[in-house]
Amino acid sequence: MIERTTRDFVVGLFVLVGLSAVAYLSFSVGGVSHVGSGGIRLYATFDQVADLKLRAPVEMAGVAVGQVSGITLDDNYRARVEMRVRDRLDLPIDTSASIVTSGLLGDRYITLDPGAEDAILVDGEEIAYTESAVVLERLIGKFLYNVQGND
Amino acid sequence: MRVAYRPLSAPADTRDAHVAFDDVDMAYGGRPVFKSLSCSFPRGRICVVLGGSGSGKSTMLRLIGGLVRPQRGRVLVDGEDVARMRDRALYRVRRKLGMMFQHGALLDSMSVYENVAFPLREQGTLSEHEVEARVRSSLHAVGLDSIADLKPGELSGGMVKRVALARALMREPVIVLADEAFSGLDPVSIKLIEALLVRINHEFGMTMILVSHHIPSTLRMAHEVVLVLPDEVIQGSPADLLASGDERVIRFLNENVDDPGTVLGRMNEFETEVAPESQTTTQK
Amino acid sequence: MMFRMPVALLGRATINFITQLGSMAVFAVDVVIASLKPPLRARQFLDEIYKLGVLSIVIICICGLAVGMVLGLQGYNTLVRFGAEEALGAVVGLSLVRELGPVLTALLATGRAGSATTAEIGTMAATEQLDGLRMMSVDPIDYVVQPKALAMIIVMPLLGAMFTTCGIFGGYIVGVSLMGIDPGTYLTAMESSIDFSNDIAGSLLKTAIFGVIVGLIATYRGYTSEPTSLGVSRATTSTVVTASVAVLLFDYVITALWGI
Repeated sequence: MIERTTRDFVVGLFVLVGLSAVAYLSFSVGGVSHVGSGGIRLYATFDQVADLKLRAPVEMAGVAVGQVSGITLDDNYRARVEMRVRDRLDLPIDTSASIVTSGLLGDRYITLDPGAEDAILVDGEEIAYTESAVVLERLIGKFLYNVQGND
Repeated sequence: MRVAYRPLSAPADTRDAHVAFDDVDMAYGGRPVFKSLSCSFPRGRICVVLGGSGSGKSTMLRLIGGLVRPQRGRVLVDGEDVARMRDRALYRVRRKLGMMFQHGALLDSMSVYENVAFPLREQGTLSEHEVEARVRSSLHAVGLDSIADLKPGELSGGMVKRVALARALMREPVIVLADEAFSGLDPVSIKLIEALLVRINHEFGMTMILVSHHIPSTLRMAHEVVLVLPDEVIQGSPADLLASGDERVIRFLNENVDDPGTVLGRMNEFETEVAPESQTTTQK
Repeated sequence: MMFRMPVALLGRATINFITQLGSMAVFAVDVVIASLKPPLRARQFLDEIYKLGVLSIVIICICGLAVGMVLGLQGYNTLVRFGAEEALGAVVGLSLVRELGPVLTALLATGRAGSATTAEIGTMAATEQLDGLRMMSVDPIDYVVQPKALAMIIVMPLLGAMFTTCGIFGGYIVGVSLMGIDPGTYLTAMESSIDFSNDIAGSLLKTAIFGVIVGLIATYRGYTSEPTSLGVSRATTSTVVTASVAVLLFDYVITALWGI
């Protein structure tokens, strides 16, 4: 076997290379959550979230500002979505949240449209104006029904 | 099958027996090695176990070390029964034992020096400085100072056995077990190891239990011979054994010595040479 | 009467299997106890990391690169039919991180490090080195087995991460340099589809579990091998077979249970 100190050095090098591979995968490829535990929590209640998933992105004008951190059913059988967004966004309190789809069949995500009020949303507050997800199947169903109705 | 404990000489005082087998049955996976074996190894003596191959001589050493467990009976080491002992207690009893394995059983990832230092380092009671002093002196005693940095794979058979002996003695055991200490060695190495064992026994009064095929050196150095035959054990001093004229002893010698005449001729040498020594053997 | 024999054989095989499983569990408990008790055996542990980890780097990196390149080529040829070749990064990255990285690393480590571990311990048993340790009041599980098993658990996730990284690079070479996908597209597709807590952490956990499995099987087989050269060779073969099968079975179980 090779000399002890050389061996120790090589072992150390091995661990370093291994850890940097882990770090590369974690940070560069995996993109360890960019919001992290910081940021503020906002809530929004929707009639329909369709297949909105946990960790789905929250965007403003196409820029990711946070992600969905929880989806629960509230007492009125509506879907209550918790999301974490960056702080210092200073969103006006009349900001609206909509669930949209990327492309025709893509993933659902939430997009925020800022309002005009001076007062801003703080941690734990509820977004009042929401627009539910559009369920394509229902839309088609409704369309077919209407077509039939018109006949 | 009947196995008897048949001392030819006056029986060794069993209370003074350092190691004793009491009615031991041993089998490996259903294949019996021996049945109701009884014999004893007196304190401070060089005892040699003789027997044909497959007679279970090595198994006896493994039983003493608690490496295998008998189906029945007691194996007494310094008054304690190792046959039914828990592992933790066994590790304590083994501190009294130094074992030299047939092929050395040296750790082949370590140098000779590290092998010999190993038992002391594991014990952890000595400083590295003291360990070094002891290892150097014992390597010197077995005449191997020059090869301390070699690996076991680079040694000859005789060297391996000498290193194994040095390692077995490192923890200053009160009982030394040696499995085939002389097998596969050249005459010079045999003489050397033989002299070492005799000297150590003489100086420190350790009990020695040697398993051997090498009948000439057995007869030269043993105080007590335990002859393990297929269905019986005969125990006694070499002189008594030879003088007894017991046909089984003669048959065993005839089968196992190339030239029985010389051995029988040497007997007399023994009686004059070894017998007095056996009486003056130091007792601890 | 006709089917008595095969049923009896099945019964014996079952009993053997359960007995083995039981003694392996006892062995595992012994290893855990030995690794919690002092002394630390840092020297042995470093030696093992060297033997199991450093000496496996080359094979892991070469295989990772090759697998990544094949994935790139196959993925490209399939995706291009749907006009979705921009997704190549996602295909290569996801399949490496979630599945191929951990599993192939475990299989390679079984062949390279697991078999060596079994052979080494088995040879030590055959040459009475383990008994020699016992006679010096040193527990072979503490001195020989425990550092090897622990090192395997530490080394496996590191090797897995290296394999995956090399694979991603291999896919990049094929996709970007050979097939002319835009480098930004390749990396972005990968980054947006792979999530840390879902995919990367799961991948690391998977490799660590494979490390436990391979480490345990390799040391157990060596420790219980018959003390003959035939016994050692049998134990080594059995390590490779058992550990490979166990890795693939557990891979399914882990994926089914935790979705990683």
